[in-house]
Amino acid sequence: MNGEFIPHTVAALFTLAIFSFLWKDNPLYKAAESLAVGLSAGYFTVILIRTSLMRTLIDPLFEEGQVLVIIPGILGLLMYLRLTRRWTWISRYPLAFYMGIASGAALSPTILAYVVRQIEYTIVPMGFGSWEGITNILIVVMVFCSLFYFFFSVPHKGVFGGVSRIGIWVIMVAFGAQFGFTVMARISLLIGRVQFLLGDWLGLIHLE
Amino acid sequence: MAPTSGADPPAPPTDVRAEDSDDDAGHSITVRWSRSPDDGGGARTVTTYTVLRAESAAGPWEEVGEVPAGTTDYVDRARVEGGQVAHEVTNGTPYYYAVRASGPDGGRQAVADAPAIASAQWYHKGKTPILTVLLVFSALVLYFVRKARKHPEGIYVRPIAGMDAVDEAVGRATEMGRPILYVLGLGTAATISTIASYAILARVAKKVAQYQSRLIIPNYDPIVMAVAQETVRQAYTDAGRPDLYDEKDIFFVTHAQFAYVAAVNGIMLREKTATNFYLGKFYAESLILAETGNIAGSIQIAGTDEASQLPFFVTACDYTLIGEELYAASAYLAREPLLLGALKAQDVLKGLAMAWLLVGALLTSFGVNLLRRWISVQM
Repeated sequence: MNGEFIPHTVAALFTLAIFSFLWKDNPLYKAAESLAVGLSAGYFTVILIRTSLMRTLIDPLFEEGQVLVIIPGILGLLMYLRLTRRWTWISRYPLAFYMGIASGAALSPTILAYVVRQIEYTIVPMGFGSWEGITNILIVVMVFCSLFYFFFSVPHKGVFGGVSRIGIWVIMVAFGAQFGFTVMARISLLIGRVQFLLGDWLGLIHLE
Repeated sequence: MAPTSGADPPAPPTDVRAEDSDDDAGHSITVRWSRSPDDGGGARTVTTYTVLRAESAAGPWEEVGEVPAGTTDYVDRARVEGGQVAHEVTNGTPYYYAVRASGPDGGRQAVADAPAIASAQWYHKGKTPILTVLLVFSALVLYFVRKARKHPEGIYVRPIAGMDAVDEAVGRATEMGRPILYVLGLGTAATISTIASYAILARVAKKVAQYQSRLIIPNYDPIVMAVAQETVRQAYTDAGRPDLYDEKDIFFVTHAQFAYVAAVNGIMLREKTATNFYLGKFYAESLILAETGNIAGSIQIAGTDEASQLPFFVTACDYTLIGEELYAASAYLAREPLLLGALKAQDVLKGLAMAWLLVGALLTSFGVNLLRRWISVQM
């Protein structure tokens, strides 16, 4: 028995407990689920204390003398007023502040990723003289039709309806390809887990 | 320009100059030079250029970077490694730079004539296309919101099947006497799809309050939970049933993706939820959630803008809001002038984008890259 047998056995038993959900909800699954939730919640609490509370508030305030961090510190403390009945309304202010700042900050990257970059990369040279040119024609037409599907203030009837229908076909073809690709990735995850059970744990298979 | 080592080192680079890097928050200086006469020609060999920095013209010099022969610039920027500052470029501090051309027989260096000072810029010139799109979109939103306030019935919104099914799904849960599960996904409270989901949650919660059913919302993020609690509380108040609101049904689970999924799966089977909503930002957990709900026989309505997860929702759910349909759903449900105006503005912006890419692609086919170049963002 090597030194890894006990941790491998614990990992394997929990893997099997999670797999048992495929049969039905059962006490083994519940135990594994509760442990995963409890452990991860505790783990992430500690991570947050270290990376968020200590690194961005306590250390800058007390070690580097950055007084301005008191402002987000107070906003954070106000969030705890949610735990009271009388003062719970005050906690809406830090929430509103957070939502406003974060939404504003998200605006520019969103426009860049979803609008500007999409347009930029779809402006490609088209033509019938080469395979690339023909592919580019397909790209432009398919993007155009797919975008058309997402027009909401126009009834999808007549010509609009036809273009929109081509758009949803294109989208579904893309989904099919994506589905197959991801299923393959999931199968490889399953293979990895089975290799762990049969190889690392039970030693029935040996992989070079 | 004396040789730093070796017997016959290559000639140093010429015209070394250092200046503050453009369009950034400072903490970065760009060093440029002309190649050594021995780089790609001459009698000796250049293998690398080493960039050196000092806080006074007399030194001492420290090496800050190395690039291969043929290169004519280097960006000296602050670096953080493992949460600690590994290399600093302080804004406002003058730095002197030298570049050494090195070969097998040593190297010779040339010093920049003047020091450079890093500073932040207020405006990023490379992001002008983003600003333009933002301004155009803002103007469109203001115009169409104003128009929608005057004639809300004048703005048509095409049917969205998933949203038409909301009333039916809530009604079914009520008839069966079972709760409704609403999953906001793994996004933060500021993720665009989570914000869109809040608007739909408000509508669903209002309907749940009217039907006196039960709504369960397990959360992955504590801030998302807090906003969800506020949203549902307000919806119950709007429905005239604040007494039915139970904060315990909107709770935090954990911040670990698959532990969260395991818990939500358990809730589905133990609480026997009649209707499941998955609206927001989803990743690899999408199929696990939707498949469990499917096995449990729940009506499932999903929506996300995460393109890689949509195929799973389409496969395993009864209704799926594809990408922007999630954003449009709130306007479709509420028909408020603000949302209707924004939706119309989005459509017009989309039309402009389509025209731009179509004309741009046609022009590019004839060798004119004007529209592509203009929309290109330099980060």
